Amino acid sequence: MNSISIQAPRAGVLVRRGRRRVGRGLPAALALLPTALVVLVVYVGCMLWTVRLSFTGSTLLPRYDWVGFAQYVRLFANDRFLTSAGNIVIFGILFITGCLILGFLLAVFIDQNVRGEGVLRTIFLYPYAMSFIVTGVAWQWFLNPGLGLQKLMRDTGFPGFTFDWLVNPDMAIYTIVIAGIWHGAGLTMAILLAGLRGVDSDLWKAARVDGVPAWRYYLSVVLPLLRPMVVTATVLLATGVVKLYDLVVAMTLGGPGISTEVPAKFVMDHLFERNNIGLGTAAATIMLIAVVSILAPWVYARYVREEGGRV
Amino acid sequence: MRSRSGGSTEPQGRRPRRITAGRIGLYAFLLTAALFFLLPLWIMLVTSLKPMEEIRLGNIVALPAALTFEAWGKAWSSACTGLACDGISVGFWNSVRILVPSVILSIALGAVNGYALSLWRIRGANLLFGILLMGAFIPYQVFLYPLVRIFSAVGVYNSLSCIVIVHAIFGLPTMTLLFRNYYAGIPADLFKAARVDGGGFWTIFLRVILPMSTPMLVVATILQVTGIWNDFILGLTFAGRENLPMTVQLNNIVHSTQGERAYNVDMAATMLAALVPLAVYFVSGRWFVRGIAAGAVKG
Repeated sequence: MNSISIQAPRAGVLVRRGRRRVGRGLPAALALLPTALVVLVVYVGCMLWTVRLSFTGSTLLPRYDWVGFAQYVRLFANDRFLTSAGNIVIFGILFITGCLILGFLLAVFIDQNVRGEGVLRTIFLYPYAMSFIVTGVAWQWFLNPGLGLQKLMRDTGFPGFTFDWLVNPDMAIYTIVIAGIWHGAGLTMAILLAGLRGVDSDLWKAARVDGVPAWRYYLSVVLPLLRPMVVTATVLLATGVVKLYDLVVAMTLGGPGISTEVPAKFVMDHLFERNNIGLGTAAATIMLIAVVSILAPWVYARYVREEGGRV
Repeated sequence: MRSRSGGSTEPQGRRPRRITAGRIGLYAFLLTAALFFLLPLWIMLVTSLKPMEEIRLGNIVALPAALTFEAWGKAWSSACTGLACDGISVGFWNSVRILVPSVILSIALGAVNGYALSLWRIRGANLLFGILLMGAFIPYQVFLYPLVRIFSAVGVYNSLSCIVIVHAIFGLPTMTLLFRNYYAGIPADLFKAARVDGGGFWTIFLRVILPMSTPMLVVATILQVTGIWNDFILGLTFAGRENLPMTVQLNNIVHSTQGERAYNVDMAATMLAALVPLAVYFVSGRWFVRGIAAGAVKG
């Protein structure tokens, strides 16, 4: 992993020359032109366009009137949106902590010089290679009460066993959390394991001499050392949270009722099925604000401030 | 972490000890976890190999008593995706047709961008890169509707080129970052020499940089192949009915069957949809992890 993030050599001479001779830099600028256009039109333009539409009364077709914050007022009085927002918070917290805890445990246990390490690692990570649609369909089949886990347990001698979360409006969102953790825990493990391999083994020897129990060692010594990896994993998982859409579509379609609706699905449904562009773009704008306010400080610290040094 | 990513050669951590209670607990935990991760795949596989009567009556984890590949055949060539009943093979070939140009285009753009950004000084390049990075985190929902309008206005909406362009656009942040960080690690002397020899932007790129880029090209390919193959939302929105990718077709099969659901066909179709990324995963092994880690906007 780290072999990719090598200290950036400042290609001084080249850079300065390219700057002095403007002609020489021209092909480089031209090469960046398509990207600059995309950034301008899509990443900036479309974003502003969406925000602008959220202040209009657009329904099936965009209109460019001005209705102030009316769509936002409607949005925050909308049961489906409030449920969606609540769900994404529940999912986000449980999914990220679940993946981090399970991923950390798996990484630590795998690091104990176990037999079959390679096989275990492969097993823990393979779900990440599959799409959320596949994940959702698989878990929906496994958890459906009629023929899945519940029936299996009842048939094998636990007639009172009940596991109907998938069809229970109060619990359905947790089945999505389970499927999400199944999909993402291996990735967390892989990232943390790479970090563990970098921890100096002398630390453990020293801790053992001092009579520190293993769990204490991992919690108080190793975990703080893994901070950068934990941050990386968290950011990666968090972007997955915001994008949560396919998994819900494949597993529950937002149901039962509206119990597993999420913001991304709310936006998609209102833009492309319910012909309510004003409300859909308002919800999209709220998503944007949420993401930017969470990630802006991190991106700033990591890339803008450190621009001159380690990239 | 330097060169010892090998792991198996000289494990770190605690030395192995005699069989103790702790050791047994360790293996018990790992095996339980392995079971948790394998169970859904196992269930998909055995379900896809059973006839429907057996599924209705039998045990979901049991091996098929009457092994049959009928469901796989149906899933491939005659399962109903909405109105058409041509199986998921249609989606498979659509995905292939989307995948190949999208992967090539996005990697080519990423490599050129990374090269220009890391080795040439261009005014406003940092700003460009900063916005691009933010773009990596912003949910697609923020861009989708205006993009649809733009593509309709240009007249390419709902076509193969439309979905390819969209994949290239949304692949830009990760691909650019990947190559930018990789090229930033190349020794400066190399460029000096190339510049002194009078190499221009493209000459240096094609003769010097590209031949050195194999590892990053592999990583980028793994990342893009799995990412684009697994995409659902972009294919659904931009590809048009003729070009719907496999994930969308799979979802249609699972959710739109009239009458009784054929679980075995559903599972066979699911396995088929998972085949390509799983193959990439098993073949690429450690590179896969590297790819995700590098794509983690960490570098």
